[in-house]
Amino acid sequence: MTGVIVSIINGLLLGAIYGLAAIGLTLIFGVMKVINLAHGAMIALGMFALYLLVSWLGINPYLAVPVVGVGGFLMGFCIYWIAVHRVIGRAELMSLLATFAVSMIIVGVGTVLWSTSPYNVQVDMPGLSIGRYTIPGNHIVAAVVAILVAVALYLFLYYTRLGKAIRAVASNRQASELMGIPSTRVLAIAFGIGIGIAAVAGSLIATLFPFTILSGASYELKSFVVTVLGGLGNPAGALLGGLLLGLIEGSVSPFVSVSWTPVIEFSLFVVILILFPAGLFRVGRGR
Amino acid sequence: MSRLMDVQNVSKHFSGVKAVNDVSFYLDPGEILGLIGPNGAGKTTLFNLVSGVIPPDHGRVVMRGEDITGMAPYHVVDRGLARTHQIVKPLNDMTVLDNVTVGACFGSEKMGLKRAREKALSVIRMVGLEDRRNLLANQLTIAGKKRLEVARALAGNPQLLLLDEVLAGLNPTEVQGMINVIRTIREDSGIAILIIEHLMQAVMNLSDRVMVLNFGSTLATGTPEEVTRHPQVIEAYLGDPDMAEKLMRK
Amino acid sequence: MMIKRPFFWMIVATVAVFAIAPLVGGIGVRESLFLAAIYMILALNLNFMIGYTGYVNFGSIVFFGLGGTLGIFAITVWGWPLWAALIGAGVVVAGLALLLGLGILRLRGAYFALATIGVVEATKAFVSNFDPFGGSTGMYISFSAYKPLGGAREALWVAYFLLVAVLGISLLLSFWIKRSRFGLGLFAIREDEDAAMVLGVKAPLFKAIIYSVSSVLPAIAGVLFFFKNGVIQPEQAFDLTLSIEAIVMLMLGGQGTVIGAALGGFAYEQFRGYLLTSSTFSSFHLVIAGALLLLIVLFAPGGLIGWAHERWAITRKVLE
Repeated sequence: MTGVIVSIINGLLLGAIYGLAAIGLTLIFGVMKVINLAHGAMIALGMFALYLLVSWLGINPYLAVPVVGVGGFLMGFCIYWIAVHRVIGRAELMSLLATFAVSMIIVGVGTVLWSTSPYNVQVDMPGLSIGRYTIPGNHIVAAVVAILVAVALYLFLYYTRLGKAIRAVASNRQASELMGIPSTRVLAIAFGIGIGIAAVAGSLIATLFPFTILSGASYELKSFVVTVLGGLGNPAGALLGGLLLGLIEGSVSPFVSVSWTPVIEFSLFVVILILFPAGLFRVGRGR
Repeated sequence: MSRLMDVQNVSKHFSGVKAVNDVSFYLDPGEILGLIGPNGAGKTTLFNLVSGVIPPDHGRVVMRGEDITGMAPYHVVDRGLARTHQIVKPLNDMTVLDNVTVGACFGSEKMGLKRAREKALSVIRMVGLEDRRNLLANQLTIAGKKRLEVARALAGNPQLLLLDEVLAGLNPTEVQGMINVIRTIREDSGIAILIIEHLMQAVMNLSDRVMVLNFGSTLATGTPEEVTRHPQVIEAYLGDPDMAEKLMRK
Repeated sequence: MMIKRPFFWMIVATVAVFAIAPLVGGIGVRESLFLAAIYMILALNLNFMIGYTGYVNFGSIVFFGLGGTLGIFAITVWGWPLWAALIGAGVVVAGLALLLGLGILRLRGAYFALATIGVVEATKAFVSNFDPFGGSTGMYISFSAYKPLGGAREALWVAYFLLVAVLGISLLLSFWIKRSRFGLGLFAIREDEDAAMVLGVKAPLFKAIIYSVSSVLPAIAGVLFFFKNGVIQPEQAFDLTLSIEAIVMLMLGGQGTVIGAALGGFAYEQFRGYLLTSSTFSSFHLVIAGALLLLIVLFAPGGLIGWAHERWAITRKVLE
């Protein structure tokens, strides 16, 4: 029984990070209706950015996380102007392909630089013991950081001028343009924030597991699942969706072989998408 | 029951707002019924309820004795109804001819491709788009797109045509052209028409009967003369008591 | 009457070139053309969804992978002959696609695209866990399966010629649907689904049918590909990247046009082959392909054929 509980706790901790990663994806979709297929690549880049900061400069991994976030933001800001700006408002296919092209370029460069062999970041952190089970300390810290970042984003979106501008553009771009909001710049900033969050999520994952430049893909898929659970374009729902996914993984893993989890996850994903396209949670959407 | 269409007590609410409230009307074969009312009176919503685009909350829509309430739009089309859109919906990247051929192929009379093309050509001639038939639909002017809407709806040989503000946004010459088209439709094919229009003069002259909607409810129904003299209609919509005379004079 | 049409001769010429070139050029040419034919088949059939109907199917590879899995299963476990496995895989996949299509085609736009990705991943995960299909290690074709065709060497040629036939059928089907009443309905859905339904197009049915139609030939191509390959593994059979590459091919040539889809598939294979073998570019092939895709999307979204249509009005009439 303790085993199951510990497994669920571990699942929830991971779920917080899935949730954070998905917030990056869902924020971008919510604001500009673009499904960012470079999401996974940016997660992977966040992993390697953390690795480089830690191994070259010798900084504490957790201090490097905000640096990765800022770097991700700047990179996202540039990607917006290069690849995304011209496809805003065009058919979905175009934005899907533009961001996929960015993903190909990033993964391609990453493969040349780091090949596809695994890297890892060493983190020493005492774990929490429950009976004969241990909850690893780095998982706890990562989950806490993930939730803090999510809360910070929430405060930013609801209580700052820029955050309000982002929400205004998300709900009606033309109207906010008429209100004097420079919507294009706001879109670029929102895209930057989304990418920054993806990079932070990647850097947190890097403190937990070994990774390759291709690792981002599986987290991108998890982000899709989470996003659909929480409702596309709904950041608060994404965090709950992430926790739900973590809960599912945690409660399923003691009973079935790990390899079956994706079957359950993705079947659930398709079914929920068909039955509840607005997501399971109606939080943070007003009224 | 020889009614072509019989709409009984239909209602539709949108999150608390009563867009259409307990509206009933009927149409006989070959008749033109004008539907007027201020903006937001629920005219287009009523069209959507009748044509199957959205299902009503209450009430029944009966066409030629068959209950078509809540049927998908394409099933309603099969029963002989065709409509245009207030905000035009051209199939942009297809030619005018192809647009109209779609209407002919899939309209109430399911034609084969070859016959549909011939039919489309004759309808295109009738609405006056013959010289533009090979243009892409998005290259048309707004007046052209409105004609295209009518042509597409007409091509399937419907028995009832719903026209949603086909005159709005047209200049006087274009309006006259469109009115002639509608007259021709009626004279040539005897199709019944339900027409939403803001241009009073046009509605009053075209319609056999007129129905006035206000805040989702029926305010009055009757011949154009009766309706324009109806005190509530004057108050709610026409404004000027002498309007009736002015409208009927032309 | 078909003989008078230019497209008919285009199909004949394509099939003839594919059939004769390897007889002259040898096995190297055959290998390159085999892959090119696979790509062209994927692009042509994906075109039914993206180009004709306007539904961005990101997971078209599931048909290829599932067809391959079922076909190879029938051959290795049940000992079916190749022809029966081809037909069986095509029929079963078409049926599954029809059922699946009725569900996921209720979604539009980005939601549909996401769902198709989910379908690929769910199917891949399921097949990797399903022991009768060999689990994650997949299935191997024993030498004896090639015997009825006269041995392994001969079997590879048979697989190649069958694939060329599938390519020919893909082209024929593409033209035929494009000129049919059914195709007209699909194009109407692509332009404006709501307007199409009001005009009487039974959109849900049309979409499910074309989704199913677009699954048959890739499923058969999947059987042939893995039959020739000798082994099928879920990771390779349900490779999402190939699915997206198929979209790239379509974009390269020009979505919605038959020639564009075929040309895009062929050109992409040649281009990819060149990048992979060139000493300068091989390690950068992903970067270059990505940059090319980005340039197409940003500056020439109509692809080669779309670009030609903008330049010269006549091409619209000649190239479909």
